Amino acid sequence: MSLTADDVKKIAHLARLGIEQHDVAAYAADLSRMLDLMVQMNDVDTGGIEPMAHPMDQVQRLRSDVVTEQDKREKFQAIAPQVEAGLYLVPKVIE
Amino acid sequence: MYNKTITELAQGLRSGEFSSVELTAAFLDRIKQHSGLNAYISVTEDLALQQAKAADARLANGDAELLTGIPIAQKDIFCTEGVKTTCGSLMLDNFIAPYNATVVEKFNHAGAVMLGKLNMDEFAMGSSNETSYYGAVKNPWNTNTVPGGSSGGTAAAVAARLAVCATGTDTGGSIRQPAALCGITGLKPTYGRVSRYGMIAYASSLDQGGPMTRSAEDAAIMLQTMAGFDDKDSTSVDTPVPDYSAGLNNRLDGLKIGLPKEFFGEGLNSEVAATLETAIDEYRKLGATVTEISMPTLKLAIPAYYVIAPAECSANLSRFDGVRFGYRCENPADLSDLYTRSRGEGFGKEVKRRILMGTYALSAGYYDAYYIKAQKIRRLISEDFKKALSEVDVIMGPVTPSTAFGIGEKIGNPIEMYLSDIYTIAINLAGVPAMSIPAGFAQGLPVGLQIIGNYFAEDRLLNIAHQYQQVTDWHQQAPAGF
Repeated sequence: MSLTADDVKKIAHLARLGIEQHDVAAYAADLSRMLDLMVQMNDVDTGGIEPMAHPMDQVQRLRSDVVTEQDKREKFQAIAPQVEAGLYLVPKVIE
Repeated sequence: MYNKTITELAQGLRSGEFSSVELTAAFLDRIKQHSGLNAYISVTEDLALQQAKAADARLANGDAELLTGIPIAQKDIFCTEGVKTTCGSLMLDNFIAPYNATVVEKFNHAGAVMLGKLNMDEFAMGSSNETSYYGAVKNPWNTNTVPGGSSGGTAAAVAARLAVCATGTDTGGSIRQPAALCGITGLKPTYGRVSRYGMIAYASSLDQGGPMTRSAEDAAIMLQTMAGFDDKDSTSVDTPVPDYSAGLNNRLDGLKIGLPKEFFGEGLNSEVAATLETAIDEYRKLGATVTEISMPTLKLAIPAYYVIAPAECSANLSRFDGVRFGYRCENPADLSDLYTRSRGEGFGKEVKRRILMGTYALSAGYYDAYYIKAQKIRRLISEDFKKALSEVDVIMGPVTPSTAFGIGEKIGNPIEMYLSDIYTIAINLAGVPAMSIPAGFAQGLPVGLQIIGNYFAEDRLLNIAHQYQQVTDWHQQAPAGF
């Protein structure tokens, strides 16, 4: 199976991932080769097999709905790219 | 001093032969002396000396533990409060972690001294340490070759005696492969055995932290501190932690070893194969019986892994958006440009390749064909392991198809790089524990023997590794000049 340059651009958009124009062809070739590897999976009959997400088939635990974390707002704000008055700043979204 | 085991160093600290401050200073000097290996991303000198001072006080008070005052290092994937935690990426080059990983917390509690943060493939994606934003790490056995990856900095540091021992993480072989290529001992525990809290996520259903040491004896001590249930990790397994050192000296009479024929076929370097034969003969002398087994689904591990791991990576790495922490591009035109360019500039090529692959595999119309199919195959692989491990006690085989390859040799060919993990990946899919131990040399470079056990049988693996290390000295050999 092979992916085109347009496919790669579409996937990159879905992932909000900037890709340099001159790298697109190489990504398309690499992803196509990865997909070729995956073709092997189609030779295996997996009818009736349950997909496996956790090696012990453990399900997510529930816990009591109580506060367990301390307030670390100062620390979190200190590592943000841009903050003002305790808010995280991003470019204007609404004109 | 650099060649001593944890137990020997603990004795030295108690007898007054040296203090933790002296020991730590000696390791810090050594790290500077061998900075050309590029094993460390950050050396936390002030913090280390401060922790060493506190450790000396604990030792004087008589409330020290075995690891108190022992200089260790952390793979830079573990969050360390107040200390830069990069995960080998420009994306986190400015990230001062606001909290400690549970593993880090446990070592702090034990009084271990942290020398610094170790180099790694970017976001743990790589098998050579060449994808690190901070540059390739050199293998101390031959500085023109790679140390393996993704825990390449850890493997190089432990092999070169730039830390007594250190942490690694293993998603598809990232502890075992570098351990093999650098001639050290590495253990990937059962999935869920070591907390993933604060360990930056790559593929959450596969990632597992573990010890990287010179000997199985040291690995038992490190794992004792690392293992255990953690409420903060929703996939942590609540199973009692045994005493990992207690059974190290058990004899191996009657041990049943299975050798999957799929592990010894085409693709395995003949000198590596011969070295492994000799190691397995050593186990026969120790009383083990060896039988050939077959695990037909092993060949499906690479395709299944390169669907599941990228899929989980694409979801996990969506948190890096340039808004709350991490890299942000200059002068974003709008919010979409901010996301796209921050991620495009902040991530390296291998990470982008896996995000793209994962995004594709999870996209509408392809989810069942790729992700669900791979998860079904994952179950078949895990059933193969369960079946094999009901017939034999442990499975043995190679860790890598060859010894360490040259820096630059495979980085231009990602698929070939992926195929170098052919013997390690299935273990992560099944979730069972496995070790790599030094088993000799081929072409002058270290060869690792892989020992795979049943779920939560880390104590048995350590026993089997330790017994081999009692009758061989591969694990005690140091690279020339170190």
